[in-house]
Amino acid sequence: MSGKHTLLELHSAKPDAASIIAARYDNKPDALLEILHDLQHEVGHVPEASLPVLAKALNISRAEVHGVVTFYHDFRRKPAGRHVVKVCRAEACQSMKGEELAKAIEKSLKVKFGETTADGKVTLEAVYCLGLCSTAPAMLVDERPVGRVSPQKFETLMTELAS
Amino acid sequence: MAYGPVEASDAASLFAAKFHEGGAHKLSLGLTEDIPFLKNQERLTFARCGITDPLSLEDYMKLGGFAGLKKALTMTGAAIVAEVSNSGLRGRGGAGFPTGIKWKTVHDVKADQKYVCCNADEGDSGTFADRMVMEGDPFMLIEGMVIAGVAGGATKGFIYIRSEYPDAINTMKDAIRIATAAKWLGQHIQGTEHSFSLEVRRGAGAYICGEETAMLDSLEGKRGMVRPKPPIPALQGLFGKPTIINNVLSFAAVPYILAEGGEAYKNYGMGRSRGTLPFQLAGNIKQGGLVEKAFGITLRQLIEDFGGGTATGKPLRAVQVGGPLGSYIPISQLDMPMDYETFAAASAMVGHGGVVVFDDSVDMAAQARFAMEFCAIESCGKCTPCRIGSTRGVEVIDRIVAGESREKNLLLLDDLCQTMIDGSLCAMGGLTPMPVQSAVRFWPEDFDRPMKVAAE
Ligand SMILES: Cc1cc2nc3c(=O)[nH]c(=O)nc-3n(C[C@H](O)[C@H](O)[C@H](O)COP(=O)(O)O)c2cc1C
Ligand code: SF4
Ligand code: FES
Repeated sequence: MSGKHTLLELHSAKPDAASIIAARYDNKPDALLEILHDLQHEVGHVPEASLPVLAKALNISRAEVHGVVTFYHDFRRKPAGRHVVKVCRAEACQSMKGEELAKAIEKSLKVKFGETTADGKVTLEAVYCLGLCSTAPAMLVDERPVGRVSPQKFETLMTELAS
Repeated sequence: MAYGPVEASDAASLFAAKFHEGGAHKLSLGLTEDIPFLKNQERLTFARCGITDPLSLEDYMKLGGFAGLKKALTMTGAAIVAEVSNSGLRGRGGAGFPTGIKWKTVHDVKADQKYVCCNADEGDSGTFADRMVMEGDPFMLIEGMVIAGVAGGATKGFIYIRSEYPDAINTMKDAIRIATAAKWLGQHIQGTEHSFSLEVRRGAGAYICGEETAMLDSLEGKRGMVRPKPPIPALQGLFGKPTIINNVLSFAAVPYILAEGGEAYKNYGMGRSRGTLPFQLAGNIKQGGLVEKAFGITLRQLIEDFGGGTATGKPLRAVQVGGPLGSYIPISQLDMPMDYETFAAASAMVGHGGVVVFDDSVDMAAQARFAMEFCAIESCGKCTPCRIGSTRGVEVIDRIVAGESREKNLLLLDDLCQTMIDGSLCAMGGLTPMPVQSAVRFWPEDFDRPMKVAAE
């Protein structure tokens, strides 16, 4: 990494955030995933406008950047809610009523997986295993792992979340 | 004294009971070293995990850390490879390929640059041993990778960690920083002529990037597409250069092998499965978690003796071993010993050692459907049978459970599975039929009850 920039600088230079982050990785094309992760972390999603910027910075084609962004489930093309809840829907969680929990959550938040609540507070996403399978069912609330989730525990977690 | 399972809401009463002085509490489990679950394990790889401060080099070295690397630094690459070969270590990532052979290939080939890549994508449901190594004993993984670098003549390494593991990512990054400052990484390791640097790269939520060649593409900043073999990665891997690729647990087993000798490791195990495997008990199990044991332990011992049966207390019905591409195993086969060959002979796989337990509320048709659905979601898209076949598979299973020409559609499902087995480049499409066909074979009644599924 070279050339550190503060979040504030990044925001004031938003259209340019992509090129600033790319420079941190010396504009190396093999760091594209790292760059996209950082971009999404700092801007909230991967904006359409940053794709050509990255292509130019890394000296690869726009089609290549586009291909990568669309291939990986992690990268979001649109802004997410203020919090992201990722619910595990893989086998070990299924064995502990994970699918019932998933349905209860959809009902409670009034959204389907992949959607954001009307108030913009929570984006609900599915993941396949968080490595918390011995404390299933599990989820990530923002970056925090939580195990043994019940519909009640989920409600408590949501109330605790700052709006 | 150990206490658990502890929720945040238990904190106040634990303090009131003076748990830090070993006070009595309803969650008390007694002395940690006397807990049968831990006492009866054979922890070679996980010897330190949970005992040391993960980021304390001092702790690490006090309990034998870097003894293997110190020895390796005095040996030739060929001698290290021979020691690993002699241990009988086989890849812990799923395929069980002999690690020594892989390292020898990289050692023997000449190149201006070679790489060591650690596969920490751990995408299989029911597995978390890689995560535990990275969060609980990160220097052990670093040590194993440096030994691989010295053995193969590689000076640069990458750890590809799935993005679902934020804590593991941060711990590994910190550990790399600390190890570099202490000259266990970087230029002239411990004053020798060996150099090895290490970098963490994050995955981005694609299961297929656990397949080693897709992981290489991903490490190069591309879509994770599976590459045809040959060429094998040991000859043309990352950026086209010779590359040692191993799972976290394979690298983690190496420091012990170097420190204690391949022979000591080989003394554990059965048949051609040597050493120990960190089994992971997961799903509907009373006492889940990691159980490191020599190969040869039976599924029943793992689930009943260590796991204490199902969490719900209801009868056990099915066990999936080896991740989403592993077969579902019925109760009648619980006495099978955990051994690569025994499992293969039963059309099942040990894989990464994940054991997911289901009680009698499981609907095996729904599990078979999920296997196909997962393949459809995670396919890299290169092969038609995998990309399209899996979607067709979901539809056919839906028709079977709806009672629509059941016999004809069961035949069709079998055909489809065979096409996927024959026409897929990698194990994603090639092994998805395993959970599907095992579900049909052992629980045919679940594919014959339209009302239950229709109501879902
Ligand atoms: C679809 C698919 C997913 C895989 N996922 C992983 C994984 O998450 N971790 C892993 O170590 N190996 C995984 N593998 C196996 C790797 O391709 C490869 O065999 C392994 O990383 C080699 O290391 P080892 O010899 O130490 O096991 C996967 C294979 C396939 C086909
Ligand atoms: S079998 Fe599936 S995942 Fe594997 S290479 Fe073919 S399309 Fe890709
Ligand atoms: S299957 Fe849900 S955390 Fe592993």
